Amino acid sequence: MTAGVRHRLGVASRAVAAIAGGYGVAALSSVVLALCLPAVFGMARSEATMTGLLASFAIFALAVMWVFAARTALRAWFGLAVVAVVLGSLLLLLMRTTGAAA
Amino acid sequence: MKEGFRQSMAWLHTWSGLLVGWVLFMVFAAGTASYFKDEITFWMKPELHAAAARTEVPPVQAAEGAVAYLQQHGAGSPRWFINLPTERQPSTDVLYLATPGATTTSAASGDKPRRRFDRASLDPATGEALSAPRVTRGGEFFYRLHFDLHYMPALWARWIVGFCAMFMLVAIFSGIVTHKRIFKDFFTFRPKKGQRSWLDAHNVTAVLALPYHLMITYTGLVTLMFMYMPWSPQVAYKDRGGEQAFFSEVFPGGGRDQVKASGNRVPLAPIAPMMARASAHWNGAAVGRVTVHQPNDANAVVALTRAEGPQLSYDKPSMLFNGTTGALIGAYGDVPKPAAETRGVLYGLHIARFGDPLLRALFFLSGLAGCLMVATGLLLWAVKERQKFAKTLKQGGRIGFGLRLVDGLNLGAIAGLPVAMASFFWANRLLPVGMAERGEAEIRWFFIVWGAAAVLGLLRPTLRMWQAQLAAGALLFVLLPVLNALTGPAPLTVSLRAGPSAVAGFDLVVIALGLGLAGAVWIVERKRRKSMAAKPQAEKKPPSSPQQPSSTLAPSGQGS
Repeated sequence: MTAGVRHRLGVASRAVAAIAGGYGVAALSSVVLALCLPAVFGMARSEATMTGLLASFAIFALAVMWVFAARTALRAWFGLAVVAVVLGSLLLLLMRTTGAAA
Repeated sequence: MKEGFRQSMAWLHTWSGLLVGWVLFMVFAAGTASYFKDEITFWMKPELHAAAARTEVPPVQAAEGAVAYLQQHGAGSPRWFINLPTERQPSTDVLYLATPGATTTSAASGDKPRRRFDRASLDPATGEALSAPRVTRGGEFFYRLHFDLHYMPALWARWIVGFCAMFMLVAIFSGIVTHKRIFKDFFTFRPKKGQRSWLDAHNVTAVLALPYHLMITYTGLVTLMFMYMPWSPQVAYKDRGGEQAFFSEVFPGGGRDQVKASGNRVPLAPIAPMMARASAHWNGAAVGRVTVHQPNDANAVVALTRAEGPQLSYDKPSMLFNGTTGALIGAYGDVPKPAAETRGVLYGLHIARFGDPLLRALFFLSGLAGCLMVATGLLLWAVKERQKFAKTLKQGGRIGFGLRLVDGLNLGAIAGLPVAMASFFWANRLLPVGMAERGEAEIRWFFIVWGAAAVLGLLRPTLRMWQAQLAAGALLFVLLPVLNALTGPAPLTVSLRAGPSAVAGFDLVVIALGLGLAGAVWIVERKRRKSMAAKPQAEKKPPSSPQQPSSTLAPSGQGS
């Protein structure tokens, strides 16, 4: 593989990571905030949901910046995966404790 | 991804801005126009200009007139909406769901035959339908174009616009990070220095109104966030049926709950006491909107919403009354919760309906700065890219496909859009008043002209073409007040002295926009002369030849 092709593939891979992965992380964070703010700070459910929604676009933008700032495309994916796994486990835990899920 | 953090952010800034720049330019331009959408609509209905300034009618009188009208024309309708007159919108506008089963009655001033709604504009003093002005979408077209685009389902359009807005947010964040000297750039402009000047122009328009750009992009996403991010309401309210439960908790009394008819006819209670009670509850603030669910039914509910005031928040308190007894059901939104209020304020900041005309004029100027920021950014890319081809061009080679495409799109978007917008106004005054589907016909002219400008721009992205389109835009804008004088009762000579001030304001603003475009023509002319002078004599091409390719190093043109 020439350097040019490698570079293009890297950019394409990052673009997917930024758009799809970034959206995933933003959506996950909005759900986690909606569930954890009431559990931790006793915030009203509607308020926590709203807070999560309002913050999600900033988180999306930061995720995109991370994806393109990372040294390699692989690292970018890895970073997103770590955040997603942490948020996902938090979400599962919260859903079990708050009883939101059966 | 590149060497350092700043370099990769510069790369991200360039590409996230370029890829959606043309859509963003249109969204910025249409959104900027929307700050004055009521005034634009009013200008586009010259039949209403002659009416002498009406004395202000108390809201109760306007509401009672509207109810009387609706009892006559829509007594069997399941829902009425009454928008009471404001300073900017002097008529009472009623909108009612068509009576089930009945054929559409005389829809007075409907825009396009839309779903199952009938509409009418009423004289607040008499409650009579105003002599129907010409049918036009007016400023509402730009407002919808701004996020619903056109010729496609609104849902797709909103996702497309949201996608572009997210790119914009990333471009702004990475743009800020890229800057080493953001404060100095504030005061830096080095004109007539080629690429350096474009960069400075981009920086000045971007940094000068940076808080505005950041605010408008983020709040734009917030206006549609329930659509873009539906997941957390669904999960957090799973036990109570999902999103709908969330909405009825956040917007109680928002009318999202359907009121079912009982089938028993009971006359509607008088509206005046309810309005008096609501007004008193809101410390004297007026009622802005009356919604009647199932009028003349035993289950009738009247919802009163406070008028738009100087408050930042878009969410307005409301009160619900029993429609047969007039008894109060409840008051909502008096003490907003912090996060909900934050959303309301962000939403309100985006649409800026709280402001007086001067404040909205400042928003308008910031919006224009946004247009310039996007335009200069797009042109800057083309200028930089062209330098890569400097050698090839000198040897008589051609520029790459990407640059050619960007050149063409830049031309069609930046220089072509003002021509299309002006054509929309010309079509408004020149199309026959009685023609069928008139509102849509005006819009068709907007897109025909814009399409033609884009095709011409792609075929021939030369400095000459820039000049031609900018000049066309300048002429069409500057001459709009003349058109208004010839086709309406309120030319500038009248409107400046005796009003209506909205018409005078429109005429003055389009003159200013036209002069701005003329200035851009002049700048391109200077550039063209310079590049011609720089051309080696050996080529011996007649200077006026239409085949003249765009100059070697000169960037093509300047934004409106």
